[in-house]
Amino acid sequence: MLTFTVRRLILAVPTLLFISLVIFLLLELAPGDPMAQVPLTVPPEVKEKMRQALGLGEPAPIRFWKWLVQFFWIEPQVLVDHIFGTSFSQGDLRVISWQTRSPVMDIVVQRLPQTLSVVGTAYIVAILIALPIGIYSAYRQYSWFDQLGTFVSMVGFSVPPFFSGVLVIVIFSVQLGWFPSIYDTTLKVTDWDSFVKQLQQMVMPVMVLALQITAQLSRFMRASMLDNLNQDYVRTARAKGIGEYTVVMVHVLRNSMIPVVTVIALGIPSIFGGAIITEQVFKVNGIGQLLIGAIQANDLPMVQTLTFIFAVLIVLFNLIADVLYGILDPRIRYD
Amino acid sequence: MTDAAKDTKLEHSSAQTELAAPPRSQWRDIWDQFKSHRGALFGSCLFFVIVLGVVIGPFVYWNDATFVPTGRDFITLRDMRPIYHGLWDGSAKMDWAYPLGTDNLGRDTLARLMFGGRVSLAVGMAAMILALLLGSLIGVMAGYFKKLDGLLMRLTDLFLALPLLPMILVAAVLFRESLSKAIGPEGGVFVLIVCLIGITSWMPTARIVRGDVLAIKEREFVLAARSIGTKPGNIITRHILPNVMSPIMVSATLGIATAIITESALSFLGFGFPPDFPTWGRLLNDAVDRMTLFPERVVWPGILISLTVLSVNYLGDGLRDALDPRIRGR
Repeated sequence: MLTFTVRRLILAVPTLLFISLVIFLLLELAPGDPMAQVPLTVPPEVKEKMRQALGLGEPAPIRFWKWLVQFFWIEPQVLVDHIFGTSFSQGDLRVISWQTRSPVMDIVVQRLPQTLSVVGTAYIVAILIALPIGIYSAYRQYSWFDQLGTFVSMVGFSVPPFFSGVLVIVIFSVQLGWFPSIYDTTLKVTDWDSFVKQLQQMVMPVMVLALQITAQLSRFMRASMLDNLNQDYVRTARAKGIGEYTVVMVHVLRNSMIPVVTVIALGIPSIFGGAIITEQVFKVNGIGQLLIGAIQANDLPMVQTLTFIFAVLIVLFNLIADVLYGILDPRIRYD
Repeated sequence: MTDAAKDTKLEHSSAQTELAAPPRSQWRDIWDQFKSHRGALFGSCLFFVIVLGVVIGPFVYWNDATFVPTGRDFITLRDMRPIYHGLWDGSAKMDWAYPLGTDNLGRDTLARLMFGGRVSLAVGMAAMILALLLGSLIGVMAGYFKKLDGLLMRLTDLFLALPLLPMILVAAVLFRESLSKAIGPEGGVFVLIVCLIGITSWMPTARIVRGDVLAIKEREFVLAARSIGTKPGNIITRHILPNVMSPIMVSATLGIATAIITESALSFLGFGFPPDFPTWGRLLNDAVDRMTLFPERVVWPGILISLTVLSVNYLGDGLRDALDPRIRGR
């Protein structure tokens, strides 16, 4: 298992390098001049100097190498410095955003908590809702509960977040006035009142994100339970005289959880992708909104870094899912 | 005609039906299974109605999607409410000539919905076809030719590891200008979005097709075809492709659904079609600013997107059951 994990970790390096190259080339090959916004009255030689200042003077391979060094060597040093108070990265050039002229990673770190709190809560809520629904609708297959569950998850698949988000805003914040329609990130949780406010503003984004995840997960849970419910070991367990609750919730559930856990792990990066839209709808200033803003402002270093962070998340959680699968299911051995 | 003659004739005909009870064709079986899936039947009917309404609607409907009234008409015709609004608010501004009302520029909402639906569905179908072609090509190549398998499957894995939505957004912005100049503002964006969605959604199809091709390649009829000297190209088109049609068709239906959602998401984020060229996502995006006053302008495009995707999903669900011979018998 350890050798497998190590091998997958080593294999992830060329994958990530390739992805970073693809992202770099996409931005490189795109027609579009970062100097397009500069007024025409600026003389050409000044423009040339501005290009140099943005780091655009050198040929593409050198810039790609510089970005790699900055991202994989200097930024970790900055992190170490920040944690331990050392000064490894003193004087090194970091990845600088063209919009704000400050290091990209600093902005990402500022934005990350908002995204993580909304997305993370949504994911946990979705798991807590989806698993019982999946278990019960498999146990009572073709009952009205199962039919309803199928329908609701079909709807959850089909209603895009930019519509469900707008719909809940229209219903709950415009018509009923229960929740605020805009996520206020300056809110500090200090006492009970502000905590309630925080809860109120989180309800709708979490609901919208959780609906999608629940739809997928409950279907998966149901299918996985159905696969296991007719197995011989279940009959054996019943024949031994074990109670129905123990049979379903211990014997069957533990075996059914194996594929579901990997699906949960695989879904985490795609949730970050889906959160881009949800963040836009509810004006949560997380990394999704940062990306949209950066794309609109033609801030290439920011776009490159953010897209790459999404890619790292995907590769990382694919790895985690594979390893988890091997750990949870002793029948699967990769060696 | 005497009774005897009638009897013999009856007997004759019944004997004939017994003898000539035709062997049930595969498509008949598939149709029977499909019919028994109520959701699928409902979904296909709904999808058919939506496509029909969007394609034929503009020819029948009396208002023009691009007509913008000017002068006094602009004031009288703008911000009209839908006619059902009169049920609870009789004083609202409405007109039977504009069943779903008009927007803030006085353009008819229903006509724009039909027009937007055409674009959305066209993008969905075109992107789906592109993704299917790419996916089937790569899947068949990887499954049939052992030498290409490793390379093509690594490529598929790499594409699956790419953060697709951010990259689509980036590419949509970066390539828009040059394509618009080359083909024209609407055509350029159409080609761009179709290509982007197609290029980023072929991977599941390729994987499924490869798996099936790998299994079918080892069957006796392929061996027989090869032993009489059929060339690989002919084996693929005559013997293998017809046998992998069912997974391809299922991923086609699901592909339309994801393509429509992606296109709407792009338009919603403001990276899609220009504002005077509405799609459902774009209409939704435009209406969000005024949703407190005119919720119907948000709700209608949203409902249409959701219904289309829902019906296509149910259609795919039913197709999967109907095309799978292991389920069909039951």
